[in-house]
Amino acid sequence: METGIHELTAGYALDALDPGERSAYEAHLAGCEQCRQELSSFWETTEALAVAASGPAPSPALRERILAEVRAEAPQNVVALESRRRRRAVPVLAAAAAIAAVVALALGLRAFDLSGQLDDTRAALDRAQSSAAVLADPGAQSVDLQAGEGRLVVDADGRAVLVLDGLDPAPAGKTYEMWVVPGGDIEQASSAGLFPGSEGREIVPVEGTVRAGDVVAVTVEPAGGVVAPTTQPVVASDSV
Amino acid sequence: MEATASAVLAWPASHAWTAMRKRHAHLSDEALVALVARGDEDALAELYDRVGRIAYGLALRILRDERHAEDAVQEAFLQVWRSAATFRPERAKASTWVLTLVHRRAVDLVRREERRQADPLTDDSAAVAAAEQTDEAAWLRFERERVQSALKQLPDLQREALELSYYGGFSQSELAERLGVPLGTIKSRMFSGLARLRELLDESAQEGSWRPEFTS
Repeated sequence: METGIHELTAGYALDALDPGERSAYEAHLAGCEQCRQELSSFWETTEALAVAASGPAPSPALRERILAEVRAEAPQNVVALESRRRRRAVPVLAAAAAIAAVVALALGLRAFDLSGQLDDTRAALDRAQSSAAVLADPGAQSVDLQAGEGRLVVDADGRAVLVLDGLDPAPAGKTYEMWVVPGGDIEQASSAGLFPGSEGREIVPVEGTVRAGDVVAVTVEPAGGVVAPTTQPVVASDSV
Repeated sequence: MEATASAVLAWPASHAWTAMRKRHAHLSDEALVALVARGDEDALAELYDRVGRIAYGLALRILRDERHAEDAVQEAFLQVWRSAATFRPERAKASTWVLTLVHRRAVDLVRREERRQADPLTDDSAAVAAAEQTDEAAWLRFERERVQSALKQLPDLQREALELSYYGGFSQSELAERLGVPLGTIKSRMFSGLARLRELLDESAQEGSWRPEFTS
């Protein structure tokens, strides 16, 4: 890697590059994973600089103006559904929402989008609520991790939640994938869902049922997930 | 690179206190952006409620004019609305992304308006105004103090380069001219300064500074 252009990462994160260099840097960035990581990290630092500038609250009228403008142009945003549909694992609902959105677009309506939106919100809420139910269940079993920080909580019905501390977001192009591993035999691992990882504590519901003798593990896999683990686990529970 | 993750503030669960009755209050910032990409106005409103104040403070610091700062924030949030589908959570947190858009917009405006007569280094009215805020969340005050104290520990020349570019909107070549030093010096000063600031923030985060846990 060229040192000169690498150094521009700071100027880019600070929006201080001149137009020519900015274009050159963006072209370089597309092919340089090291610079992309450095930039992600520098952006976190510039976010801190933004926080350091915080002061008085904006006028409430600003919020209203933004929302009014957004409402005025709402329909054009609906096309975003199309790309989302391909990424999601709930094809039936998402496809229905996408069709509704196309119809809505054709008719110049936007209310149709509500169905998809509510499904999504409900799904998120359901996940949050079922995790909370497992964590709040006094009969649930708390299982230590043999790798990684945190614990696995499993209720009497085999519903499980991973509580993870200190797991960084998955690297670019990667995802965390959970596995239920019967008897700790990696050959029998079945996928139990994907999550991107985030700063701080993470609470992730494990898909499927966790039974006595199972191990729950997490590996780093290519975005979109894989059918069988391809890397060493970064998190693994004791046997349930 | 992973070590630097601790430099960042996690958006605190304390938002939930003001947002509890709202439909999207339980979602992470990243989930909000995903909903915004589907045309969910409430998700955008929630995102604004979480990040809008910092966004406005940043724009005001750069533009020094309430009206212009509001314009910059408004344009940036419209950009969030229009381009939410392009957001890549593996590249940046949602808050970071939004603030990047706000910063870029404010810098574009300040360059166009030539509104940079005052020297950001001698103008501390923004900091004074901020220090007098009584309605802001405690986490924001603590976080600001932590960053300001890290900034103070930077060598003067590095701090000057960061402040003039990030808050002043000066490009590298403008800075070189203004400070009468070679462009290459400015580039490396900016790089070392930002890298050093990142280290200092990591250190202060590890010293057990107040850092709320995000549990979604």
